[in-house]
Amino acid sequence: MVIKRASKFKASEITDRKVYLNRRAFMAGATALLLAPSAARADSTPQGESLKATRNPKYSLEEKQTKYDDATSYNNFYEFGMDKEDPKKYAKTLKTRPWTVMVDGLVQKPKRYDIDDLLRFPLEERVYALRCVEGWSMVLPWIGFPLAVLLKQVEPLGKAKFVEFTTLKDPEQFPAQKPSIFSFGGGLEWPYTEGLRLDEAMHPLTLLTVGMYGHVLPNQDGAPVRVVIPWKYGFKSAKSLVRIQLTENQPPTAWNVAAPNEYGFYSNVNPTVDHPRWSQATERRIGEFLRRKTLMFNGYADEVASLYAGMDLKKDY
Amino acid sequence: MTRRTRIVLKAGVWILCLLPFLILVWRAVNGDLGPNPISFLTNWLGQWTFRFLLLTLALTPIRICFGLAWPALFRRLIGLFTFFYASLHFLIWILVDHFFNWDQMLGDIVKRRYITVGMLALLLLLPLAITSTTGMIRRLGGTNWRRLHRLVYVIAVLACLHFLWLSKAVRPDAYLYTGLVILLLGVRVWNALARTHRKAMQTPAVASDTGLSR
Repeated sequence: MVIKRASKFKASEITDRKVYLNRRAFMAGATALLLAPSAARADSTPQGESLKATRNPKYSLEEKQTKYDDATSYNNFYEFGMDKEDPKKYAKTLKTRPWTVMVDGLVQKPKRYDIDDLLRFPLEERVYALRCVEGWSMVLPWIGFPLAVLLKQVEPLGKAKFVEFTTLKDPEQFPAQKPSIFSFGGGLEWPYTEGLRLDEAMHPLTLLTVGMYGHVLPNQDGAPVRVVIPWKYGFKSAKSLVRIQLTENQPPTAWNVAAPNEYGFYSNVNPTVDHPRWSQATERRIGEFLRRKTLMFNGYADEVASLYAGMDLKKDY
Repeated sequence: MTRRTRIVLKAGVWILCLLPFLILVWRAVNGDLGPNPISFLTNWLGQWTFRFLLLTLALTPIRICFGLAWPALFRRLIGLFTFFYASLHFLIWILVDHFFNWDQMLGDIVKRRYITVGMLALLLLLPLAITSTTGMIRRLGGTNWRRLHRLVYVIAVLACLHFLWLSKAVRPDAYLYTGLVILLLGVRVWNALARTHRKAMQTPAVASDTGLSR
């Protein structure tokens, strides 16, 4: 027996899938309209002394570069304050001349480099993706040279296993380093230190960086010299360096000391290992509307995955 | 206070409460939302939700500490604006930030504790907003209504956790807001204790906790 029962809805009442999807497109369009004026703003021309550098196509993304204005006004640089606008606001207080970087520790020939010495190395431009641990990313045209070139000059000893980077500590130049209940730097200890395994530091992608967008680094982006490690979360790429030291033991690193269960020594970009409090599966590219999927090692898996062969990246996050 | 001044005052407070929203729209129209507009919208709306929540919670302590009862006239209004900003904060999160990626959002609600508590706080705000009408107060009866609206204390604690847990490092403003919540709830506890103490000796206190004078 066939029981015939009229459908509760007439076929004509069912929303067509296309309309249903259109509605989403409409809402997205409406919000995009709200955000459009912000996206449509004209960009400024880069400031500061210009640098001569040849583009290295092997290590340059073809993707659209982040606006210069965005790259210089949306920064995490806690020495200047915890808000994204703080580094630009207080950047003036940093004096980048005279400036020297001590390269020492377990090396044959320790040397103090003047910033002008560093600018005389053959400079190249590389367009790297930068992925912040907070879930946003940029595409930035850096200028610098491989850190390996510098490290080879000082001749690391056989005992050297790690490299420690130290940022300038000077409360006169970095206002947030002044002890105060209102600017406790997010729990970070000064000076800011970061570190790499020696093989990571010697990797050709690891760039000792002195400029971006064809010019010297703006203060808020880590002037006058910083390191850029594109396959790791942004905080690994220490800024305004005064010392690069080769060590036998794994050096303490700022964020790892502040919250060891949240920020590991390695901190490789990894969409499959979440931060304990948020997902790392997607990111918002600054200047884009929709989130995009985060890539393993920030898209540099072909180059760097072998460095971590046999390691459990869930444990060594 | 005459009916007329009350209406004028309410209209004034209403416009003041809408101001953060109007400023946001103005900034959006002028392209002044910064390099990460979506994050800016979310933060702005979240900050103002918390500020309105603090304001709602401050009205009773103002009466207790300074003997000023009239600010409580605006409790419903400010409470509803708290809900308004909380809803917009949430809408930005689903509509814009994750763009209907339900799987990811559901995963976030379960896995990320700051989202879990934020979501819970919003859900708890819902019955408070629904029962905010005079008709609903009558239907529920004063005692039940008051009991239900004590949920706002739970919401305040959840809001603190939401703020403390969400950023890379604990922000000073998260500490500040949490301190204020502790202070505002503390005044109530202190007052309740003092009242029980007084009750033992003299006539029962008249002041009730709702402050909705009519």
